[in-house]
Amino acid sequence: MAAEHTIDALGQFRLFPALGPLGASVNFTQSNLMMLISSAAILWLLWAGMRPRAIVPGRLQALAEMAYSGISGMCTEQIGSEGKRFFPFIFTLFFFVLFGNLFGLLPFAFTYTSHIAITFALALMVIVIVTFVALRIHGLHFFSYFFPAGAPKLLAPLIIPVEIISYLSRPVSLSIRLFANMVAGHVMFEVFASFIVMLAGIGTLGVIAAIGPLALNVALMGFELLVAFLQAYVFAILTCIYLHDAVHLH
Amino acid sequence: MRPLATLAVALLVSSPAFAEGMPQLDFKNPLTISQIVWLAIIFFTLYLLLARWALPQVAEVLEMRAATIGRDLDAARLAKAEADSAVVELTHATREAQASAQASIASAVDAAKAEAALRSAELNAKLDIQLNQAEQRIDIARAGAVGALRQVATDTAHVVIARLTGQPANDDAVNHEVGAVLTIRGQA
Repeated sequence: MAAEHTIDALGQFRLFPALGPLGASVNFTQSNLMMLISSAAILWLLWAGMRPRAIVPGRLQALAEMAYSGISGMCTEQIGSEGKRFFPFIFTLFFFVLFGNLFGLLPFAFTYTSHIAITFALALMVIVIVTFVALRIHGLHFFSYFFPAGAPKLLAPLIIPVEIISYLSRPVSLSIRLFANMVAGHVMFEVFASFIVMLAGIGTLGVIAAIGPLALNVALMGFELLVAFLQAYVFAILTCIYLHDAVHLH
Repeated sequence: MRPLATLAVALLVSSPAFAEGMPQLDFKNPLTISQIVWLAIIFFTLYLLLARWALPQVAEVLEMRAATIGRDLDAARLAKAEADSAVVELTHATREAQASAQASIASAVDAAKAEAALRSAELNAKLDIQLNQAEQRIDIARAGAVGALRQVATDTAHVVIARLTGQPANDDAVNHEVGAVLTIRGQA
């Protein structure tokens, strides 16, 4: 057997139609299937968790309540008292990203947050909502956001473009941060896994040596679980911070 | 190693050579764009279901718990206030009972003292009367005795004189002498 293995680290991100011919006819991809599964899991967590409606919660109910009060606390802490209005949106965003990251770590699963199209669409939605909220609350006064009060008027031609660029770069940094983290993790999984297969192809010595990349992948899995939570948290908290800016203008 | 890999991915996205190999940047594939449409549909549906159905359930349970805890705390506070007032009442009642017991003991002692005083006064009065009667009787007896003394003295004087002189004594002289002696002694 010729060990003609090449490392195809990017093949895992290829999109395929899911759900058979019906899915193919409406261009429904496996990425969208994972979204459905994540959404169902989020809804199931809250439904099954809150079904007992217990005064002293069980484990699942405690988890559901922790999810609720955690995001609720984040909204009110970051945005202020107006944060309650955005709570369902932040909750949806956080758990949609979190479950996408987490379920993507399961074998044979697909990580929809590893697609720049998805993360950029989410980030664009955030920035459009933030801008809409700011215009709704402050009207045209919102544009004073691009020129900090007290700055010398002479510097306006410099400050205003910089502020506008930094405002517009928000969705870019927001989407690339999540996308790059997810892609990097999954590429490393694939690379180390390919090493295992390639080493095992050499012979007995190779099988023993393959323990190295296997151990690395086990450690990486723990790390990726952390990253999955961290990136979802970062995405949600940055959205909260942008909303705080929109509500309070600095 | 991990942050470097992330940075590498972020940088490589912008390089056209790498981008060709990345399925994420293959915008010729209709699935790349179509998944965004499905994302919009799924995300919006999830948002509606969470905002209208799932999250209010959690809020309801949390509010119910807060209300129950509040109610229980109020009940506990009420019970504590009741217990406190009962303790105050009990202390008050104990003090009152002690005071009334003390008062009744004092009045009983006073009554007993008064009765004892009355008794002793009665007894004193009775004894005084008896003493007076006794004194009167003594006086009468003494008077009787003194009266008899004159007779005895007179008779004795007659006998002594008769024996000494051999002649009967003069009655008047003897009476006169006995009277004089008795008068001197204060026993007439």
